Amino acid sequence: MSDVDAAITRAHRDEWARVVATLTRRFGDLDVAEDAAAEAFATAVERWPTDGVPPNPGAWLTTTATRKAIDRIRRESRRDDKHREAVMLHDDSAPEPLGAIDDDRLRLIFVCCHPALAAQTRVALTLRMVGGLTVPEIARAFLVRETAMEQRITRAKAKIKAAGIPYRMPSVEDLPARVSGVLAVLYLVFNEGYLATGPDSEPVRTDLTAEAIRLTRLLRMLLPHDGEVAGLLALMLMTEARRAARLSATGELVTLDEQDRGSWDAELIGEGHRLVRERLATGEPPGRYQLLAAINAVHTSARDIRDTDWSQIVALYDQLVRIDPSPIVELNRAIAAAELDGPEVALAAVDRLEPRLSGYRGFHVARADLLRRLGRSAESRAGYDSAIELSGNSAETAHLIRRRDQLG
Amino acid sequence: MQYLISVIDDHSNPGSLDRGPHIEEFNKRLIAEGHWVFAGGLADTDAATVIDNRGEEPIVTDGPFVESKEYLAGVWVWEAPDLDVALRLATEASKVCDRKIEVRPFQ
Repeated sequence: MSDVDAAITRAHRDEWARVVATLTRRFGDLDVAEDAAAEAFATAVERWPTDGVPPNPGAWLTTTATRKAIDRIRRESRRDDKHREAVMLHDDSAPEPLGAIDDDRLRLIFVCCHPALAAQTRVALTLRMVGGLTVPEIARAFLVRETAMEQRITRAKAKIKAAGIPYRMPSVEDLPARVSGVLAVLYLVFNEGYLATGPDSEPVRTDLTAEAIRLTRLLRMLLPHDGEVAGLLALMLMTEARRAARLSATGELVTLDEQDRGSWDAELIGEGHRLVRERLATGEPPGRYQLLAAINAVHTSARDIRDTDWSQIVALYDQLVRIDPSPIVELNRAIAAAELDGPEVALAAVDRLEPRLSGYRGFHVARADLLRRLGRSAESRAGYDSAIELSGNSAETAHLIRRRDQLG
Repeated sequence: MQYLISVIDDHSNPGSLDRGPHIEEFNKRLIAEGHWVFAGGLADTDAATVIDNRGEEPIVTDGPFVESKEYLAGVWVWEAPDLDVALRLATEASKVCDRKIEVRPFQ
């Protein structure tokens, strides 16, 4: 890659969201902002190789995009001189005191993750407007046709405009719920990358995990005192740290107990641990992501699976069950509790979840594993069969087939 | 912006019938805070009549334009600066009316 190409890639990564956000504030229209930003980057690709990379790429891109936006508004409002004049005269881009919380990008994130938009739409819009992924890239990520994804994004932009979804920070009383909505979107992107759900997609999508981490880092920078933001970032970092150990050379999923802990990324784990300690030091009651991060911190502190502090993990799950009493949390608690109370007790707890989780792959995997440990091979085999039948991550399927075929 | 706020009831699972005083109280607040434009409760859908005069002859049909379990029980028109404000009020309205609420912007 030439220096100019590298500069363009870097500018895209660092400046895309800022350009879209600044233009959205100035023109009050996401569609105008998105198109103008895309045009500005296209112009950079054309011009920078001959003109050289400008000293301040971000400012150059924002200025170029602003011109493109004004051109478009001029074209569209040619028949409406009054409107045109209004646009030309109205310049609210005058310097204003920008605390971290006033960052335009944060407002942009809140718009994209607005609760009045469907969950899938929030994900797509965030990846497009904040992440700068192209529509074909997002369509590929979620195995949706490009035209369908284009429509989804277009409809979302139209709704934002028509319904009056505001481009501003949520009110203080709405903020916690809105932040948790944003975190849900980022976690979903991360999980789709970490354990891709489709049987036909790559088992691990590093493009998506990396993007989720990048956006969560951005959110952490914008909301440095939010415990759950820190918790989610820590959780992602400690999960990402185990990526290389999670897939065998033959593309099979390697479970936590069989992973080569030496190949975990110590730097990412260190950063995750620091975040967890920072949150513990505040003494504030932890939320869901902070508890999940703490559980991961315990796992990643053990050099060997046998050194794992299971009582600590179960205690953290108990706390998690209290704030998030979902069957999946209870399932994970039971899996951890098996290490303390033995597989028999755990199996009874898992079986109680059957009515609510019979369509969930993880339930059948947990059951089959516990039955295997209890020497109940035939039942275990049936459990693995049920899990394999529910389509899911391809590397996990390979792992489950091996486990099943190892049964005597 | 103005929003049409639809109060949605359900024949098979109707909301409670004692909401009148609460709604009156809520309306006073809407007026005091400058959100109130219009409000009205509707008679049952049995009382609706549909007219279609797009063809040769007007056709009159007894009953609502769409038969469904859920139906419109009443409406408000609110003035609100943006959807976040409208949604916050609608969240309260749903409790006040003990019914689902649809928020839809005017063009």
